[in-house]
This record gives sequence, structure tokens and C-alpha cells, in this order.
Amino acid sequence: MHLAAHFPGVNSTTVWSDPRSGSQIDFASFEYLARTAERGTFDFFFLAEGLRLREYDGRVHDLDVVGRPESLTVLNALAAVTDRLGLAATVNTTFNEPYELARRLATLDHLSGGRAAWNVVTSSDAFTGENFRRGGYLDRADRYTRAAEFVAAARELWDSWTPDGRPRPFEHRGRHFDVSGEFTVPRSPQGHPVVIQAGDSDEGREFAASSADVIFTRHGTLEAGRAFYADVKGRLAAYGRRPEDLKIMPGVTVVVGDTDAEAQERAAAIRRLQVSPQNAILALEQVWGTDLSAYDPDGPFPTSDPVPDSEFVQGRVRVADPLAVASRWRALSREKGLSIRETVIESTTRQSFVGAPETVAAELTAFVDGRAADGFILVPHLTPGGLDDFVDRVVPLLRERGAFRSEYTGSTLRSHLGLAEPVGKG
Amino acid sequence: MTPGRPLHLAAEIGGPPRYDPDHYLGLARLAERGALDYVTLGDSFARPGPDALSVLARIAPATDRIGLVPTVDTTHTEPFHVSSAVATLDWVSRGRAGWRADVSTTEAVAGLFGRRTARPAEELWHEAGEVADAGARLWDSWEDDAEIRDTATGRFIDRDKVHHIDFEGDSFSVRGPAIVPRPPQGRPVTVIDGTTAPARAAAARHADVVHIRATSPEQAAAARADVHRLAATHGRAAHEVRVLVALAVDLGDAETAPEPGLASGPPLAGHGTYFRGGPVDLAELVSEWYRAGAADGFHLTPITPARDLERIVNGTVALLQHRSLFRTFHPGGTLREHLGLARPASRYALARTAGERR
Ligand SMILES: Cc1cc2nc3c(=O)[nH]c(=O)nc-3n(C[C@H](O)[C@H](O)[C@H](O)COP(=O)(O)O)c2cc1C
Repeated sequence: MHLAAHFPGVNSTTVWSDPRSGSQIDFASFEYLARTAERGTFDFFFLAEGLRLREYDGRVHDLDVVGRPESLTVLNALAAVTDRLGLAATVNTTFNEPYELARRLATLDHLSGGRAAWNVVTSSDAFTGENFRRGGYLDRADRYTRAAEFVAAARELWDSWTPDGRPRPFEHRGRHFDVSGEFTVPRSPQGHPVVIQAGDSDEGREFAASSADVIFTRHGTLEAGRAFYADVKGRLAAYGRRPEDLKIMPGVTVVVGDTDAEAQERAAAIRRLQVSPQNAILALEQVWGTDLSAYDPDGPFPTSDPVPDSEFVQGRVRVADPLAVASRWRALSREKGLSIRETVIESTTRQSFVGAPETVAAELTAFVDGRAADGFILVPHLTPGGLDDFVDRVVPLLRERGAFRSEYTGSTLRSHLGLAEPVGKG
Repeated sequence: MTPGRPLHLAAEIGGPPRYDPDHYLGLARLAERGALDYVTLGDSFARPGPDALSVLARIAPATDRIGLVPTVDTTHTEPFHVSSAVATLDWVSRGRAGWRADVSTTEAVAGLFGRRTARPAEELWHEAGEVADAGARLWDSWEDDAEIRDTATGRFIDRDKVHHIDFEGDSFSVRGPAIVPRPPQGRPVTVIDGTTAPARAAAARHADVVHIRATSPEQAAAARADVHRLAATHGRAAHEVRVLVALAVDLGDAETAPEPGLASGPPLAGHGTYFRGGPVDLAELVSEWYRAGAADGFHLTPITPARDLERIVNGTVALLQHRSLFRTFHPGGTLREHLGLARPASRYALARTAGERR
């Protein structure tokens, strides 16, 4: 089993109103969570990315945890206070250039002794593009062709030094990039930093099957996980790859209690804090695409229908089919007599592992044994102490079961993940 | 004794490319022990070596007081990313970050990116100034107290204190606000080498610290006056800008140097006037120029970092401290405090409170 820790940055799941909720910015928070993950012999520490603050009706959204430092800089600093933990940064291919990013990633791999990973994401809405020189001009299909060519170009750069340690000129001429010269960083400890992909579309899965070492998914239930697992692993052969060459790691949450019942109670309380009255209305606005601030979160749903192509919500993907979601929510509310807030809680609760430590350890193991996942990216609801319970109470049980390592056997992230080092061009 | 203002000293820790962090950490700690204001790490996309900002982030948690100033290219990078990375260096170092803005004028670097061809320095320095301007606005875009965590209203931030910057430059625009909240220093310290005219124009307008070249105290004083004069045209007071003389120093063969002094060795592009002599000779030069009011301090580039920086700290700096010309410890915690530069208020906070008073 592989385990990773997600540091919750900008999101709507961190319960910032909890008195134990600390800073999401201060380096001390990053250091605390990373050291906790390393104490738990986790594979890696994961940082997400967002390049424009979310907005509603032209104003910055104000209810969620917001604001975060830049990932690669934080991870370089974390390399100083950890020894073995992998360090994964989400970095967009649409608003970066291969030469610069390949250089920064190779630098992190050197400075951390082979622990760097890159989560390749592709978001390219014009809204985000307003912060960049190039703007946001890529359409959906082009995002992944640019991403694939970007990763290929980065790999050419990482492979460009000779085995005896000299730069060899590179030249990449493609549809999206036309670059040439000499790469200034020697081959890094892992050869190539580990490549992660997060994205669920057909193009995303194909891209992961062809190019990624790890795939970060949202499929949390056993059935959905098994289907996704079979689908993605089945795509690898076409690229001459083996099933074990790509690790599937869903993002999940865990709530631990002394008993299963206590954990369930805790989980319900957490959901109520996550979906505050204000957040319930906001979730609704995300579907309806219009201002619903006059509605009572403890009351019934609006009778009007969602506005299909509204720009009211920006910076977060709106649900694909607002009308369908609206009718599902209304039906659920009618059927069970739920208010707006109760409906949102019930219909947006993600699969998570809730129970006494034994229960959680058994369920996680069942997912891996049942071919629904190769491991998990844990998303705590508190920063920075949100993984303390898991590491102190669940990890020892996983170790007892022989499901998870008791100590690191290698020093690079590739070795933790059981991935081969890519062969250089020689 | 002294001209009434403190002496500032900084040192470059680059040199032949190295990829192990301990090498850089050793040099930064040495400079820290000498109570220097900051270390710089030079960089260029076309020269072997690791990414400088990453290296200084890597050593930040293992150092306490020393300022950390990487060179950052403004020509082939995204201004939004540059601003985020420098702000983050300030967060991970708890207020010790600066950045030295530089431009890339060569086809060799342009080819690495394939987006634009090489352009004249004048144009690129104009753009670098715009990058510095947009960056400072992004650093200001979150007011210091924007995060409120108000459980009563469910609001994490006060959105009236997080601002779009709507920056429109000649070659880029940035809507903002920043993703990174306002860094500990308010704005990390901006350093520019103001040797060439277009660079000096950008420096006078945007830099907190300007590096200059000079071969005599008179020349240094004239360059410093020029920086102040240009800064004044942008409404900036002399006390808002530090001017440091850049010297490439070779303290290697002190015993045999026939005549210690300036320009007696090969000129080193980009690292200032060449000085050769012993640590004591260097201390003499620093004392003399400083007493003559020629500069606020010196940015020293050791020719051989491991050897010369050790001689600078244990020889030159120790002597300057003995003469009470240089501090023996860092009285403050941030780079701005070392430099005696005020922490700026957010321009948007000032505008908002001015608006509220009206
Ligand atoms: C689990 C998961 C995590 C993601 N994290 C990020 C992120 O941190 N930043 C980002 O810009 N996009 C993120 N994405 C978005 C994807 O990279 C991708 O752009 C999006 O899912 C649309 O692509 P798709 O159509 O292939 O799903 C994430 C997606 C998933 C499934």
C-alpha cells in the first residue's frame, strides 16, 4: 500500500473554524504535516495548485480557506527538514514553459536527494489566463496535447546529459514547443522526477496511461474504484507498459474514533462544519449559476431553474449538467424531507474511511486487495494536525497487518513507489 | 568615526556549478556568522547550475538571520509566477527574502524557450521594471489583515481587503490578486545591478538596493548621487534606496600581491570591479570608501567562494567589526531590518483607508 499526505490549501473542506486549525501559510504548518507524514513513512507529501482565486459575481470568494504559498519553493524548503519523504508539486502545463519547469523540477530532485514529483494538470480557462502573458486560449482538446508534448519535452531535457556528465545539445520541435540549446542541470538522482496525473476524462486517462507514474483520482467507493482501476490499468499495454508501472491513488478522507459509532458521529459533525449555512447556499449557487443569497439554507429549494452558461461562478469547474444536478437535489430533498443544507451535505459527502482504527485499517487494506487502488492520498480536514490520529493509530495497525512499510527501504520516491528509474539515452 | 549610517555588506555564494545543498548552506552560514546583510546567488537560464531561488529556499530553514537574494530572470518567465515564488521565499525564510531582477538578452536563452527572439537590453529592462511593479502590486494585493476567520459570518477573509491589481504593461497584463498572502516583509527586497543605463533607470524606480561599479570613491559617490537623483524623479527619497559597490574580490595570494588594489586583475563580467589583495587590504578599502561617504556598503563576489568568503568573514569583516564600522550581530530578524528599510504598507490598504476617511 502506498500513502501520501495532501496539505489542504485552498479548499472548502478544511474546517478553519475549529480552534485546532492553524495557519495554511506559515512554513511551520508545512513542516509539521511533512514531519508527521515522514514519521508515518508515507511515500510523499502533496501540494495542489490554483492560479486564480475563485470569484462569485466578480468578487473574491470569502468563505473557504484561501491563500497559499508557491509549491516548488515550499517543497525545496521542506527538503531541508525531511529525509525520505517524497515531495510532490502540482504544476500546470498551460501557464508554464518546459525548459524552466524541467529545470526547477530537476533542481528539486537534486536538492532533495531524489524525492521530487510533478502532478501535471492542465486547467486553462480564460479566467485563470488573465494572470498570464499567454492568456487562456487553449481549448479542452489542446490542453492535453500541450501537456503531453510538455512532458515529452521535459523528459528530453532530463535525458540530455551524457552518462559521463556533460550536457548534450537538445532540440525539440513540435506543435506547441520549439526549443533548443543545452540543459543546465545534470541528470538528477531519480533520472526523471516522478510524474503524477490528476484528471478523469478519457483524454486524461489516456495521458496517464501513456506518461504518468501515479494517477490521483477522486473515485472513492469500492465499486467505482474497481471500475476505474480496471479501465486505467487496461490502457497501459497499448503503451508497452505493465500494470505495476502506474500507481492508482484516490484522494480520500479519514475520520478515526475510539469506536465506529464515535467516529461516525465525528464525521457527521465535521460535515456540518464543512457545509456551513453560507457554504450550503454557495454550493447551490455553483449549480444554479446565480445569486441565491436571499434563500434560507434551512429552507426549501428555489423553484427557478439553473442558468445554463452563467459566468457567475469562476475559478472552479461548474458541474457539467446543472439542470440534472438540480433535479436530483430537488428529488432527494422531497423524498427525505431535507433542507437545502441537509441536501448538500448528503449529496456531496465523498467516500471516506470512518471508524475505529481497526475498521479503517481493514477497509483500506480491502481496497488495495480488491484492486480498487494501489494506495491513497489522504486529505485531512485540519491543518496542520489533521493526520496525527491516522499516523499514531492507523499506521501501526497497517504495519502489523504487513500492508504498509515499517521503515523506508530506499531513499528516493521512485524506490518508495517501487518504480524503476527511467533508462537514460546513454 | 562613521558617516552616521550603518555599513551594509553582502556576498555572492555562486561560483562553479554545484548541485549539493550543503555546499551553499556552508557558505550562507559563514556569511551569517559574519553578520552580513545578505547572500546573493547568481543565475541564468543558459549557464550550468541549479535554479537559484530553489537553492536559497532549500537552505532557508537551516539558516536564521542572513538575507537570501536569488537572481531571477524577468525576460522569459511569467511575472505572476515570479511574484509568487519570491513571496514564498519570504514566507519560508520568515522575512529574509529578496530577489535580484535580471534580463536575458541572448538568442541562446531565447532558444531555450522558443517564445520570443532576443531583444535589446533597453526594452528588456523596461519590461523588468514592469515585472517589479506588477510583483509589488501583487505583494500588496492582500492587505496584512485580510484573513479574518470570522465564525459569526462564516467568512475566512474580508474580501474588501483582497484586491485585483489590473496591471497593464506593454508586454503583459495581470489581473490579480495574488494567490500568496502578503509576505512577512510586506514586499521582499528588490535588488538590481544598476551599472548600465537602462538597468539603472529600472533600479532607480523599483529597487530597494542598487549595485553599482566604481574604481574610486569619487566615482562611487557620483554613481550613488545619480541613483538618488533618478529615484527622486519617481518621488522616492534617498533613504529608501541603498547603494552598494560591487567588487569581485581575489584574496588568494595576499602575501605575494605586488600592489593590492583595484583592477589589477582580469575584469569579471557581471561581478563588479576586480579587487586583489589581502583581507586587511580589503578592510582598508571598505573603511576608506565608506568614510568618504561613497556608498552605503559593498556587494562582494569572492573569486573562489569557499576560500575567499572565509577570508572575508574571518579577516575583513572581523577587522571592520573591531574598528566598530560593522555590526557584530543581526539586531533584527528580516532583511529589511538589516538594511534599515521600512516595511511598506500595502498601497491598497492606504487607498482604502484614505477613501474611508473622506
Ligand atoms: C483528484 C484531482 C485533483 C486535482 N487537483 C488539481 C489541482 O491541484 N490544480 C489544478 O489546476 N487542477 C487540478 N485537477 C484538475 C485536473 O488536472 C484537470 O484539469 C481536470 O480534472 C479536468 O481534466 P479532466 O477533464 O481530464 O478531468 C485535479 C483533478 C483531480 C481529479
